[in-house]
Amino acid sequence: MITQLVVSQAVAIQERRSARPGSSIYSGRASMLLERGFRAFKSSNWMVVLSGFVEPVLYLLAFGFGIGQLIGNLEDGLGRPVSYAAFIAPALLATSAMNGAVYDSTWNVFFKMHFGKIYQVMLSSSLGPMDVALGEIGWALLRGVAYSLGFMAIVTPLGLVTNAWGLLAIPAASLIAFGFASIGMAITSYLKSFQQMNWVTFFMLPMFLFSGTFFPVSVYPQWIQMIVQALPLWQGVELIRSLMLGIVDWSLLGHVAYFLVMIAGGLWFTTVRLKALFMR
Amino acid sequence: MAELSYKPGTAVDPKRAVRWGSLRVAEYRFYSMTKWMGGIIAFGLGNPILFLLSVGLGIGALVDANSGGEILGVSYLQFVAPALLASAAIQGVMDEVTFPTLDGFVWDKLFFAINATSVSARQIANGVMIVALGRGLFTTLLYLGILLLFGAVPLASFFPLLFTSMLAGWGWAALMMAITARLENDEGYFAVIGRFVIAPMFLFSGTFYPLEQMPIFLQPIGWILPLWHSTELGRTLSYDYPIEPSMIALHLGYLTLMGVVGMLLTYPKFEERLSR
Amino acid sequence: MFAKDSEVVIRAKNLTKKYKDFVAVDGIDFEVKRGESFGLLGPNGAGKSTTMKMISSVSQRTGGELTILGKEPNTHGPEIRAHLGVVPQKDLLDRELKAWENLFTYGRYFGLSRKFLKQKVEELLEFAQLTEKRNSKADDLSGGMQRRLAIARGLVNEPEILMLDEPTTGLDPQARHILWDRLFRLKEQGVTLVITTHYMDEAEQLCDRLIVMDKGKIMAEGSPAALIKQYSSKEVVEVRFGTDKNEKFAPQLEELADRIEVLPDRILLYTEKGEELLTKIVDAGLHPMTSLVRRSSLEDVFLRLTGRTLVE
Repeated sequence: MITQLVVSQAVAIQERRSARPGSSIYSGRASMLLERGFRAFKSSNWMVVLSGFVEPVLYLLAFGFGIGQLIGNLEDGLGRPVSYAAFIAPALLATSAMNGAVYDSTWNVFFKMHFGKIYQVMLSSSLGPMDVALGEIGWALLRGVAYSLGFMAIVTPLGLVTNAWGLLAIPAASLIAFGFASIGMAITSYLKSFQQMNWVTFFMLPMFLFSGTFFPVSVYPQWIQMIVQALPLWQGVELIRSLMLGIVDWSLLGHVAYFLVMIAGGLWFTTVRLKALFMR
Repeated sequence: MAELSYKPGTAVDPKRAVRWGSLRVAEYRFYSMTKWMGGIIAFGLGNPILFLLSVGLGIGALVDANSGGEILGVSYLQFVAPALLASAAIQGVMDEVTFPTLDGFVWDKLFFAINATSVSARQIANGVMIVALGRGLFTTLLYLGILLLFGAVPLASFFPLLFTSMLAGWGWAALMMAITARLENDEGYFAVIGRFVIAPMFLFSGTFYPLEQMPIFLQPIGWILPLWHSTELGRTLSYDYPIEPSMIALHLGYLTLMGVVGMLLTYPKFEERLSR
Repeated sequence: MFAKDSEVVIRAKNLTKKYKDFVAVDGIDFEVKRGESFGLLGPNGAGKSTTMKMISSVSQRTGGELTILGKEPNTHGPEIRAHLGVVPQKDLLDRELKAWENLFTYGRYFGLSRKFLKQKVEELLEFAQLTEKRNSKADDLSGGMQRRLAIARGLVNEPEILMLDEPTTGLDPQARHILWDRLFRLKEQGVTLVITTHYMDEAEQLCDRLIVMDKGKIMAEGSPAALIKQYSSKEVVEVRFGTDKNEKFAPQLEELADRIEVLPDRILLYTEKGEELLTKIVDAGLHPMTSLVRRSSLEDVFLRLTGRTLVE
């Protein structure tokens, strides 16, 4: 048998890290969760995954081209005319990054937490809660990125990306997905029933409808505008819309900072929660 | 331990037990629903308010200010209101015949427990549908109330609108129940149906702009699915929207047919599945 | 015996775990030696699972001392877990993955290389008699197979200590016996086993030494045979006179046996020689409706120590 050899393997791997700070919560193997993700993904229902690509495209067709006929052109931030489809396409990109990330970090995490209980198992190996948090959020992020890439692949040929800055919309969408994934998982760790999970949908709907997605926030009174601007989707929509319409200035870094804070907060929160839930 | 009073064979009146089985199923399910009433009310109120504010008023402001006003002949809010109402009714009734119904077969397997009493498979199916209609009626009433508050529909058409919306809800839910009865496991089917059927129906049934304005190859979505039929009826009920009497009969007939076919497809599958 | 065999691998001293006001584990002391098979017995809520979780280093103690392989679990959790194999009570398999993927992925969590795992997974599938089921999803396996897969998974890092939480609960007799056989082989290979169980026959079969816990405290400690000797008699006679009548005969029976216990439905008589006692009962003119003579078991010890009241 190869016993001796291995005992030293699993243990040696762990001992090498033990001197580092945070070694009791992080063992540097978050990527193993991605590996697991890919394995599980291979045998999952592909239609479900595919359907995530379709939804924003449907909205683009229905609203952009359908309602677009009733509306005509709008003005962009610089006063240039912009078609209604070009106005909502960036918003739908941000939304699809959000949806992909949130779906995985809420519903899928919820199932794993309460039915599969796989986090409990992961934490009985030498993984720490931080590995699990990073790995799961990373997986949700990948899904968000995949959706936004798919969406870009459709809107670019339609001529809705008008300049080279538009390419940056992809990393921006990844940032948005990361932010939503980490907050999503943190929130999910507090939810215990399906009914509570529905509240996630309940709060995402208004965010989707009012974050400057389908019409400029300038139609609202000042105080509502301030509330909307505090919401993460508005931050994301603004960021991507500016990039896709080529209105680029330093203020975009503000949106980036917003998401960086969101990511850090979500990660920290999730780690603490996993520890509280499964390592009490 | 306390003494158990126990007289075998006398507690249940067998005749009474087989009568009105579906109402007993409904009673129990309504009762368990009260536990998350808060959620149902919040969704029932939140959904219409959000859509009316965003689509009706937000996008409406853009449409009314541009060419839309002339094309539609009424305000955008009035135009979308009947469609949103019908859509809410369809969604409201349908919600109860998807996951909660599959639950009865697959996860908590409660239907098998109910079927082990004197209640028949058919009565279970009917009971589930009664509850679905009850839940749908509740959300539709809330929606209608809010539409009235926004001035999006006239008070006079309250009951006719309620009827046409609920008819579409029943028709579609009956079909969905027949499909649910045929699912062995979830495997994401509802997510797929949601995105490939419900979302296109919501978006392409002449909901947000006239059906005729869509490319012809997309128009069958409206013809086949219930939303457009109910929306057409709703529009003619709530404002001056010209429509042939024969078309009214067609819309009503189609929705009814859907419900009847759905129920007829549901019963045998419920019976087969519960007698396995 | 080699000196290494008596090396202590788990040491608990005044180990305590409180959840707010509730004391789950109330200052217990025990040691587990290398290669030993150590059992934790007790009714539901006795603190067994909490103790297991603390040893598995996924739950932090609130008092006392605990070292596993000489390490401190509060600060060296991942490192200690690298030495442990854990088989949780409800298997907790990854239902989205196939049988072999469950083993492979779990090995990856320990950072083991793909090359090593490829070989290891086959070996484990063989050990668990699951080679033919390697491509089935975990969900599609029978209860016994799932449990064996969970045990195989717990072995993927070739742990020095294997923790089993009620390993045979819910399995049919065949499956139980296969499992016992596998666990016994592991013990022969020098793996230290820590087992919780409700089944007294299982504890007698598998454990060299055990502790009986109740309400967070240790009630007794020793080998199964020693415990039976200390807390019960060699044999037990069970007699039934019918509900309500048992009380009536109790005083007469008390004189015949070493000790008796009157339950609502029957009377237990503890004695060294069962058959002889039964004859005496009949000679005394008592005619029970049913009677049974059996060997005393851990169950008698258990019930004596933890009482017969239902614990919820």
